[in-house]
Amino acid sequence: MIYEVFRQERKGQAFAHAGSVEAPNEEFAEAYSREQYGRRGESTALWVVPREAVHEIDDFADELQKNYHRVDGYPLKEKLGLARERAGTARAS
Amino acid sequence: MSAQELLELADDELILGWRNSEWTGIAPLLEEDVAFSSIAQNEIGHARAWYELAARELGTTADELAFDRRPDEYRCSRLVQLRLVPDWAATIARHYLYETVDAERIAALKESDDPEIAGLAAKIDREEAYHRMHAQMWFERLQDEPRFKAAVDELRPLLEVRDEHTPELAELWEEMTMVRRSVAGATW
Repeated sequence: MIYEVFRQERKGQAFAHAGSVEAPNEEFAEAYSREQYGRRGESTALWVVPREAVHEIDDFADELQKNYHRVDGYPLKEKLGLARERAGTARAS
Repeated sequence: MSAQELLELADDELILGWRNSEWTGIAPLLEEDVAFSSIAQNEIGHARAWYELAARELGTTADELAFDRRPDEYRCSRLVQLRLVPDWAATIARHYLYETVDAERIAALKESDDPEIAGLAAKIDREEAYHRMHAQMWFERLQDEPRFKAAVDELRPLLEVRDEHTPELAELWEEMTMVRRSVAGATW
């Protein structure tokens, strides 16, 4: 059985995926996770989660190309230039 | 605690650490390989710490105690001398038996009047707690296996035998000290 391991580097920080361990049950998974992700003082805490418990979502429908929903779909540079022109504060190019 | 008792303890840890390290790269699964190798390394670290205390009392060094005695001078239990690779059931049986008895020994040492020994025992016990957890979870997994039960019964009586040396210890000593003996007088 595969367990996904998340580790927290410092108290208060978000947990980040560290890797996975193969183990026959939770107890072994805990021991192996300690060994691989916690033994060198690199973690303050670990989350050990059976892989089935992780629900992966990777289908993000964007049929209508609503790119204004995305940060990279809304370039500001052009709009800013136009606004400056209107206000008469355009930079000399 | 006499230097001789310290040596029993240190020799047990060194030889068991060496034997357990023989599983590095060939354990039943990768995760176990990492875990068991790490336990082996801890045992050798504990041996070093106990040898250092004994060395001060005997006016020598930890390295000399670990590697420059003759095989028949070692005080380790017969249990730790055996080469058990590739028998995983017997290896876990030994691990379980050793950790059970070692837990009692360490608990007693934590109460020592000598603050140095008590302090070192407390420090080592924090690592041993993990070894015990590891031994316990394997024990629970294998306890109903006939091969495992037979190995426990066979190995148990060897725990207290310290005056008989197996030919396997002499072979291990040859391997363990080969590099050290290769350049006489080297300080590395």
